[in-house]
Amino acid sequence: MRNILPLFPPQASTTAGQVDLLFYFLVGVSAFFAILIFILIIYFAIKYRARPERERAETTRTFVVLEVIWIVIPLGLTMVMFFWGAKLFVTIYRPPTDAMEIFVVGKQWMWKFQHPTGQLEIDELHIPVGQTIKLTLISEDVIHDLFIPAFRIKRDVLPDRYVALWFQATQPGKYRFFCAQYCGTQHSSMTGWVDVMQPVEFEKWLSENPIVVPMEVAGAALFQKLGCTACHSGAGSSLGPPMAGIYGSQVRLADGHVVVADETYIRESILNPNAQIVAGYPPIMPTFKGQLSDQEMTQLIAYLRSLKKEANKK
Amino acid sequence: MSNEARELPAQHYLNSGYSIRSWLLTTDHKRIAILYLLAVTLFFLLGSAYAGLIRLELLEPRGHFLTDEAYNKSFTMHGIVMIFFFLIPSIPAILGNFLIPMMIGARDVAFPRLNLASWYIFMLGGVFTITTAVIGGADTGWTFYTPFSTLYATTPVILVAAGIFIGGFSSIFTGLNFIVTIHKLRAPGLTWFKMPLFIWSMYASSLIFVLGTPVLAISLALIGVERAFHLGIFDPALGGDPILFQHLFWFYSHPAVYIMILPSMGVISEVIPCYARKRIFGYNMVAFSSLAIAVLGFLVWGHHMFVSGQSLFAGMIFSFLSFLVAIPSAIKVFNWTATLYKGSVHYNAPMLFALGFIGLFTIGGLTGLFLATLGMDIHVHDTYFVIAHFHYIMVGGAIMGYMAGLHHWWPKMSGRLYPEGWSKLAAGIIFLGFNLTFFPQFILGYLGMPRRYHLYPPEFQVYHVLSSAGASILGIGYLLPLVYLLWSLKYGKIAGPNPWESTGLEWTTPSPPPTFNFDKTPIVTEEAYAYPTEGPSSG
Repeated sequence: MRNILPLFPPQASTTAGQVDLLFYFLVGVSAFFAILIFILIIYFAIKYRARPERERAETTRTFVVLEVIWIVIPLGLTMVMFFWGAKLFVTIYRPPTDAMEIFVVGKQWMWKFQHPTGQLEIDELHIPVGQTIKLTLISEDVIHDLFIPAFRIKRDVLPDRYVALWFQATQPGKYRFFCAQYCGTQHSSMTGWVDVMQPVEFEKWLSENPIVVPMEVAGAALFQKLGCTACHSGAGSSLGPPMAGIYGSQVRLADGHVVVADETYIRESILNPNAQIVAGYPPIMPTFKGQLSDQEMTQLIAYLRSLKKEANKK
Repeated sequence: MSNEARELPAQHYLNSGYSIRSWLLTTDHKRIAILYLLAVTLFFLLGSAYAGLIRLELLEPRGHFLTDEAYNKSFTMHGIVMIFFFLIPSIPAILGNFLIPMMIGARDVAFPRLNLASWYIFMLGGVFTITTAVIGGADTGWTFYTPFSTLYATTPVILVAAGIFIGGFSSIFTGLNFIVTIHKLRAPGLTWFKMPLFIWSMYASSLIFVLGTPVLAISLALIGVERAFHLGIFDPALGGDPILFQHLFWFYSHPAVYIMILPSMGVISEVIPCYARKRIFGYNMVAFSSLAIAVLGFLVWGHHMFVSGQSLFAGMIFSFLSFLVAIPSAIKVFNWTATLYKGSVHYNAPMLFALGFIGLFTIGGLTGLFLATLGMDIHVHDTYFVIAHFHYIMVGGAIMGYMAGLHHWWPKMSGRLYPEGWSKLAAGIIFLGFNLTFFPQFILGYLGMPRRYHLYPPEFQVYHVLSSAGASILGIGYLLPLVYLLWSLKYGKIAGPNPWESTGLEWTTPSPPPTFNFDKTPIVTEEAYAYPTEGPSSG
């Protein structure tokens, strides 16, 4: 039977338990202080109520020691909360490196998920239990926010850069996700389900769903079609930097800065090529703004990422 | 108190003129306070009507009578009206205007005509906002996040932003007026550390008015410019940054929370000593904590943006500072509680509201710690947990404080007493109704119910029903004072100068006070809250 007065969402990821533990601590400290204050107020208000024989208050003095105590103790407790919360924050927002990567595009008012093997889903995400998953998210329009209560994670999804979110599901089942950042008329319909499956069933699901084209393959085709190879082939006389191994590497720019060539950098270099020129190359690349959908962009990035993997193998 | 028949003073600020002109062109700070009282009450009713629509619609998971768009407009207009046209002006513009000159022994504020101009500017902003409401309302949320507000919203965003922009200047002028008044017009002998704590809290709020509101004006002006001319300040397609808006917006709007709560804290610091017949415990700490809140409040805006994409490092700095700002609030709660110790506690309505304030503010403040804790905030951010938290502060705290203040000084403002039993009943109903409305929302939030959702999963319904039931009780609680306070204007017992046997210069004048407040400038020799006590004096 379903609990009609549930207090907690399902605990279905590796971090959910850690968040709940911190929550219990915060509830404990808060309840202690709230009850302390309530009892003192009620006790004082009754014990020292005005009566004909006590029309006047008794003389008391201000105890500085008492004031220092109630500054120092709360300060100490809040510092515990601060460090505990900061540590968990880093855990939740720093994705591990060995994760399976899924691209997510949010738009008014739907979520599109694309698996590395090419399967495309809308408002539903199938994943295997026990596998570390990294979501790379971007928005096509306004700011959205992917929120999966059962995993205790959420993150704003921005229109101008990729952000990452990761989790490892621990319990098979169907869990809701929501858009948590108000995004317009049908904001409250921008929801869906995460389907956490046993690995065997997940493989079955993958094989039953048509692979449109694996993302990196589609990206490679796009790379050819747009003529990127003319300059970025890696041949000696190339006008642009070679793309093999560039993903995730450190790039020295013409202005001396060093940046990491992550998703957001690659995206900007395609849309706004002259913003961050790689040292040693002329600023001659044309912009591809308006020519690529967000999905095509993610395919290109997936392709560059696959080049990196090949480079690592060698 | 004696039962002899009392009479109102022959001449007072209310009967000094009955013409419309004598009200609309008045420069008397007390009459301007009454003008604000009327306007702000109307805005409160408007904002409450939107809240009623929201709670009614949320009784069912799929809603019944509002479209998505109408629902979004309802919560947007509820937020805009309640925050900018009720909570922010309520205590400062009504009680602050009425009381600051009287508490410091002055004839009026430093710039009486500017004070009247502030009311007109406020009303002009209000006209823009009401016009927006009449033609359908905006749907951006009161937070106006870009690029939704600049590129995608099709509702009259510029109109309502102009209303807030204009209304903001009223805040700036009022803040300026109060700061100068408190610096320059204190009666002889009234040193800073003899001032009532209400004055300290109004001073701290005025600092935020003057320093914070211009940034709100800038952010809203940029929204307007971006919508009209497409400059590309926030539009990523033109190289702008949508997050920049959030920084600008919260730089004002977080301190604005303290504009709403500091004045209430000031009221509570007056009311508790009065009805405990005892000086406040740790005057200096309470006074300094107001200033600490005003200053630290400017440094914590990033805690609204932990999940927005700001850097992890920035998140940590803002989290740390947010914990620091919790400490001065905790000090106040402990000091108010300690004030009751060995007092002579009278259970008048203002005291019941004040005790209710402490309870609700404590819960609101403690749940704020959850949101300041980074790893915890990720889960509860933008859920009903946040809604519950800030309503505990802004409704449980700020409005309870406003009610306490209104009931405490009503006899001074009107010259008459309201019925004691009804007012105590109202305090009880508001306290119960409030908790029933908002406590279930903490649970909803932890379960994952996002805010600003018209349609929601059926498993959340039971808590929404509880919340809506509470809201109807709360509504009755707020209507009661409206009825008996109006009733008291004609039928209430004559109050006399000081019905609560309170200290404070304002209580030395007749009720209602004469136009110029004091026959001759008072000379202050005592510290604040010098209630006579019994027992060995030890310092």
